[in-house]
Amino acid sequence: MGTQPASSLAVSVAVNGEQIEEEVPARRLLVHFLRDDLGLTGTHVGCDTGNCGACTVHLNGEPVKSCMLLTVQVDGAALTTIEGLAPDGELTPLQRAFNEHHALQCGYCTPGMLMSASALLERNPHPSEDEVRVALQGNICRCTGYVNIVEAVVAAGRGSA
Amino acid sequence: MTTVTEQPTTLKRGYVGQSLPRREDKRLVQGQGTFFDDVRRHGMGYVHFVRSPYAHARILSIDVAKALELDGVYGTITGDEVAISTDPFFEMSVEPGGLIEDYALAVGRTRFMGEPVAAVCAATRELARDAADLVEVEYEPLPALVDGEEALKNEVVLHDDAGSNVVWSGVFSWGDVDQALAEADHVVKIERLHFHRFASTPLECAGALVEYDRGTQEWTIHCNHQMPGVGAIWMAPSLRVGIDKLRFVTQDIGGGFGNKICLHPQFVVLCLLARKLGRPVQWTEWRTDQHTANAHGNERTFLAVEVAVKADGEMTGFKVRAIDDCGAFPRYEPLGCIIWAQVTPGLYGWRNIQVDFTQVCTNKSPVSPNRGYSRMQHLWLTERIVDIVAAELGLDPVEVRKRNYVKAEQMPYETPNGCVYDSGDYAAALDLALDLIDYGSIEERRREAEGRGKLLGIGIGSTLDSGTNNFGQSTLLNPDLQFSGNNEAAAVKLDIFGEVVVTLGTVPQGQGHETTAAQVVADILGCPPEQVNVRRGHDTWFNTHAGFSGTYASQFAFTGLGAVKGAAELLREEMVQLAAFVLQAPEESIELAEGMARVKDGPEEAALPFMALGAIVNANNAFLPPDFNPTLNHRYVCRPYFGVVDTEKKTGQLTLTYATQIHAAVVEIDPDTGEVDIVDYAAVDDCGVRINPQIVEGQVHGATAHAIGAALSENFVYDEDGTLLTANFYDYHVPHALDMPPLKTGAMESPSPVAPLGAKGMGEGGGGGIHCLCAAIQDALRPAGKPIVYDSCNPPHRVWSMLRDPGSTRANVTVVSK
Repeated sequence: MGTQPASSLAVSVAVNGEQIEEEVPARRLLVHFLRDDLGLTGTHVGCDTGNCGACTVHLNGEPVKSCMLLTVQVDGAALTTIEGLAPDGELTPLQRAFNEHHALQCGYCTPGMLMSASALLERNPHPSEDEVRVALQGNICRCTGYVNIVEAVVAAGRGSA
Repeated sequence: MTTVTEQPTTLKRGYVGQSLPRREDKRLVQGQGTFFDDVRRHGMGYVHFVRSPYAHARILSIDVAKALELDGVYGTITGDEVAISTDPFFEMSVEPGGLIEDYALAVGRTRFMGEPVAAVCAATRELARDAADLVEVEYEPLPALVDGEEALKNEVVLHDDAGSNVVWSGVFSWGDVDQALAEADHVVKIERLHFHRFASTPLECAGALVEYDRGTQEWTIHCNHQMPGVGAIWMAPSLRVGIDKLRFVTQDIGGGFGNKICLHPQFVVLCLLARKLGRPVQWTEWRTDQHTANAHGNERTFLAVEVAVKADGEMTGFKVRAIDDCGAFPRYEPLGCIIWAQVTPGLYGWRNIQVDFTQVCTNKSPVSPNRGYSRMQHLWLTERIVDIVAAELGLDPVEVRKRNYVKAEQMPYETPNGCVYDSGDYAAALDLALDLIDYGSIEERRREAEGRGKLLGIGIGSTLDSGTNNFGQSTLLNPDLQFSGNNEAAAVKLDIFGEVVVTLGTVPQGQGHETTAAQVVADILGCPPEQVNVRRGHDTWFNTHAGFSGTYASQFAFTGLGAVKGAAELLREEMVQLAAFVLQAPEESIELAEGMARVKDGPEEAALPFMALGAIVNANNAFLPPDFNPTLNHRYVCRPYFGVVDTEKKTGQLTLTYATQIHAAVVEIDPDTGEVDIVDYAAVDDCGVRINPQIVEGQVHGATAHAIGAALSENFVYDEDGTLLTANFYDYHVPHALDMPPLKTGAMESPSPVAPLGAKGMGEGGGGGIHCLCAAIQDALRPAGKPIVYDSCNPPHRVWSMLRDPGSTRANVTVVSK
């Protein structure tokens, strides 16, 4: 007793406003907890090195890559995933801007992009194009060349989505 | 910024031609898409592959005992079991490539780093990975072969059955190149050019959830295969079952770009495990595995190029020896040995061309089609030829292009190998691209950059995106192959409450097929696109697919929408007949508009909403006479006409539509570091009628980003032992938001006279960005000793080397003038 590391731990975390209490394997990545245990499959996995940002969620309001965290690290925290961005089904101005500006093709990077972009708009409601590019540099898109993504985020910030 | 130069078209347009926002987006922006990894089944097991750490090794033994002892492990499979329970995959090549034995797992020998040698299935992803680590494999390393030219020596031979590393070789000769060279005023010789290995690396990795039904002995494969029709042709014989035993289901797919075509080896392993273990099995590829062991683009080396040039700058032809490196197994190959021939002369009027083509195996990842597949490599060659000839003979790169481009008035233009360029105005597209980058001010900008210590250069990349494959071209490689033509299916029905339901055979991965198909159907049926439900994904369970179903080779606009149009027109005809019968009016007086079938200019009550038509046929049909049996449910197969290829002369219509792209870039190079900064960029695309211009522009952006990444950073680099050095996104740098320059796009519309909607396939883009950046770098480096850009990938260290030692690149080129 005491010499063996715990193989699982109790985790208490608020996910999209709902309090979750679960015994979680100590090694489980947050992204796999969200996808496989909670069924929140909107958060995606695009790499295994923390480069692509498809798994971005908000941890206490800050964008983080959920593949780079163990679930046990978020004990006591509040998380928002893509499913929590517009919980009542009414798209946010940012989501609408992505549609209107054709800022997505396959849609696989989109949840992560939206989480990074919405965090940016939260702290900087009217970002310039350069500020958007800096904020999204940790999110890879292989379809769009980022042109329309940047345009959509700037437009959402201008309120002209 | 978008500039559109529209040429006259006779096509009547309604919703077609409008940039309607995509209907796919609503679910995708809410995280409500369904990708294969989102699919769950009770009791499913997770699969992890045990992969070879060696590029080339004999497998002495595999011991799975320790893995099986681990709690939660459901089972394993090894190459020996695969060799007993399956047959090798069908090979398309003649000998020697045709003798290669390719199984779903390595059997006895491993031939590339990351090749799967065994697989483990367990209750969780983590356990499967742990168990894979417990599988003990004893290897005897063998010398690794990592160079295509080296492979020709056959000192190390990968496949003993073939007895040679050559997969396929042959000489293509059209016109008389020797005479053209003899009659030329200048012959420009280039010893070696190299097109590097990279891939589009879709953000969603490959994978599948496979279920096996013991009662019916059928497999259901929930997956992201982008060409299930052909996937099944590989898999079913290998599994020794009929093709009807394989059901492919796709929903949302996170990008494909050709890289999700050669998934049959992994999928066969999953099928075997699902049957053996009696439970659904799921495999999601890891990013590092995708980079090391799934799908690279074809690497190609061009040797002994000789170009015939007249005194006035007219080029009359060229000859070249091409060595294509397809990696360890020729899975989709040797098709790349012929696909390039769709664009044999590029955009140019060259009539005399000889290509001596050889494809070889090396101890590297197998290749797979990759955006611009095989044509991109060849078009890079044609553009390198033009810019090297221009630089060496002191010709203007714009003028020399215009002199040699096929002219608008020559359209439709038959190439020396019998392909027909359907329409286009290359010179006008070039002018538009040059306007967008303000070509007139280049010399002034060059001087201004010089003042800041920077080298400024401009480059042009002219490409064709050939669309709609004629699979008959495979018989130019192997006359015994029984493939030709092409086909795609779609079904359109009117349901009981008036819903228009469209089912596609295509397998979109972000191209917006649900939106564009709805636009086409809405125009034909006279209803708003919102009334048209285009079902997501592909499902071979239903009858809406054909032998070549899939989304690849820039053909949706032709075959995919051609099938949708055909099915919608059949439905329309029946709706008109039914309305005429019910309203007791002549058929020619019936129009479909605003979601109604009505008598033109008739009274208000002489109209039936779609709901009435759907209800009559489906639920209230007793009054219809016995000889009138409308179904309001139509399947149509679009089968383009190609004619038969001539296997003797190696000519024929290899593809049907040719979209044009002209890219122009202005770069600034820091001579101290070799870093390339793109300061201005324009891409002009002419794909005929644009069904949805916004979607077309999005494809242009994406293709440009892929090309910029490939030209400046993306490279699958191997060391001499065959270890991949760029196995993930740390080392394999794809463009991020900060890497992308502002893009200017321009569009022209030269409707295709052969395509059902005048719309040409597009999206692959022909690698225009690679060509124009290579040209721009060469132009910028001119003051530094005129180095020749000889490689398609030019990261800072290579540019720096060219700056330091231009002579070694110049030794590559000689000019013989008469």
